[in-house]
Amino acid sequence: MFEASELNIRNRKIESLFRILFLLMAGLLILPVAIILAILTYKGSSVISMNFLFTSPTEGMTAGGIFPALIGTIWLVSVALLFSVPLGVAAAIYLSEYARDNWFTRIINLAIINLAGVPSIVHALFGVGAFVLFFRFGTCILAASLTLGIMTLPVVIVSTWNALQAVPMAFREACWNMGATKWQTIRKIVLPNSISGILTGIILMVSQTAGETAPIMFTGAAFFLPQLPQSVFDQTMAMSLHLFVLATQVPGVPEDVPYGVAFVLIALVLVMNSLSIAFRVYLRGRKKW
Amino acid sequence: MIAEKEMTNAVETIGLNLWYGTFQALTDVNIQVKKGIITSLIGPSGCGKSTLLRSINRINERLGYVRVEGAIKVLDENIYARDVEPVQLRKQVGMVFQRPNPLPLSIRENILFGHKIHTPSSLKVSRSEANDIVEKALRQVLLWDKVKDRLKHRAISLSLEEQQKLCIARLLPVKPQVLLMDEPCSALDPKGTEAVEELIWDLRGQFTILIVTHNMAQARRASDECAFMLLGELIEHETTEEIFVTPRHRKTADYIEGRFG
Ligand SMILES: Nc1ncnc2c1ncn2[C@@H]1O[C@H](COP(=O)(O)OP(=O)(O)O)[C@@H](O)[C@H]1O
Ligand SMILES: [Mg+2]
Repeated sequence: MFEASELNIRNRKIESLFRILFLLMAGLLILPVAIILAILTYKGSSVISMNFLFTSPTEGMTAGGIFPALIGTIWLVSVALLFSVPLGVAAAIYLSEYARDNWFTRIINLAIINLAGVPSIVHALFGVGAFVLFFRFGTCILAASLTLGIMTLPVVIVSTWNALQAVPMAFREACWNMGATKWQTIRKIVLPNSISGILTGIILMVSQTAGETAPIMFTGAAFFLPQLPQSVFDQTMAMSLHLFVLATQVPGVPEDVPYGVAFVLIALVLVMNSLSIAFRVYLRGRKKW
Repeated sequence: MIAEKEMTNAVETIGLNLWYGTFQALTDVNIQVKKGIITSLIGPSGCGKSTLLRSINRINERLGYVRVEGAIKVLDENIYARDVEPVQLRKQVGMVFQRPNPLPLSIRENILFGHKIHTPSSLKVSRSEANDIVEKALRQVLLWDKVKDRLKHRAISLSLEEQQKLCIARLLPVKPQVLLMDEPCSALDPKGTEAVEELIWDLRGQFTILIVTHNMAQARRASDECAFMLLGELIEHETTEEIFVTPRHRKTADYIEGRFG
């Protein structure tokens, strides 16, 4: 009575076929990541040493280390974070918690979508026009970081907005009906319960920022600058640009060195990400609903 | 005369009309909710019961497309007067929802939340004072003995019945005069319903309670007066006994006997 019919058997075959197909597709995603990491480790790890990490490049960048570029990238990312995190989080809070659906809100949303779609080289040109020339910052960390910050704003805003929206409406209703203001509700209930989601957006932003080349190339990053930046008004070397330069512009660089630079860049991003992930896990452990 | 009037009505609406955009949800509602008793509000789904409740603490305003005409008096003050601060109004008029919605905090912090937001942060509440507030509120809702050993636990770990009692308890520290309850038992099982109903009856006299219910038996058992609404209008408002035994309107009788809704 309950045996499989011909049709059941056929459907079951189709079912497993698609299952395997989708599994393969998903599994394929691991491949590029694994290959990239493998090659970088294989070719790059041989050049990694204390000397490589902590000295300046020498002999027309064919020897020596990457210290100024490493420090430069940390500068660029940190200043960009200082700019885009407060701005992006504040904008997202406005859009999620205060904005009513009117033309003004719609224009802001449209601006964010468009900002996300602008290619990074266009951001670079904007950065030159706005920060280097108009505001007369010159080519420096500040100009480069502001350019990076603007470029990554949409990531921060959208991910923060999503995190805020994930907090159930019933919590807000409860607060408002007790007489809490919007800000009291946000500070005591909404933010504490969305902070891990907000951090996810910041992690994404850190990764994106550390690897960008185009937006910093004309705004603040230098090809070769053996001394470390002293303030945000100095130019600086950066890992991403250094990699590009070594790989394409400088003759006589030993083959393994660019891989070493890439290895350090990826490691830097991974370390920053792991820190934020650890922080997130810690916060999630305290989540109360 | 005036003093006597003050004694009688805790909430009064005068020619209240309310629109969501172009849709009129309340039409010329005149209701007088007497002080210190339990008034139940019945009527088919969508007739505007929740809307009426949400007008009384002015929470409807946060929707930009709501328009109100007429007046609502709470404790004899027009709540739409220019100098009325909604925060102060909501302190006096507490709301309990259909689904228990404790905040994602501990049991203790849930009770203290309302008190904290209405206390200037410069005025530090001492620990023992806070303990007293928590104990008193939880005793009032008959929950103290059950939860006194786990005040630090998350509120969500309580049963639904206990959560709903907690949601009532958290209103009490700021000493509200009016409690609005929007179908407070409809998410609970029969035992929980009975327990919360008993609690509400227990609070009778200390607060003015306006309770929306779908449960005719509950309205009949546990309210002094009963108001019947239909399509945004208040059809009839009498003592509960009169509404259930000798309703004046045909529609009231039909609804109570379950012929529609
Ligand atoms: N936020 C809202 N926006 C638009 N219409 C609403 C809103 N809330 C309620 N309504 C409408 O107002 C009417 C009354 O709703 P409600 O007060 O929730 O009824 P009840 O609580 O009696 O079931 C319904 O027709 C409903 O669709
Ligand atoms: Mg309702």
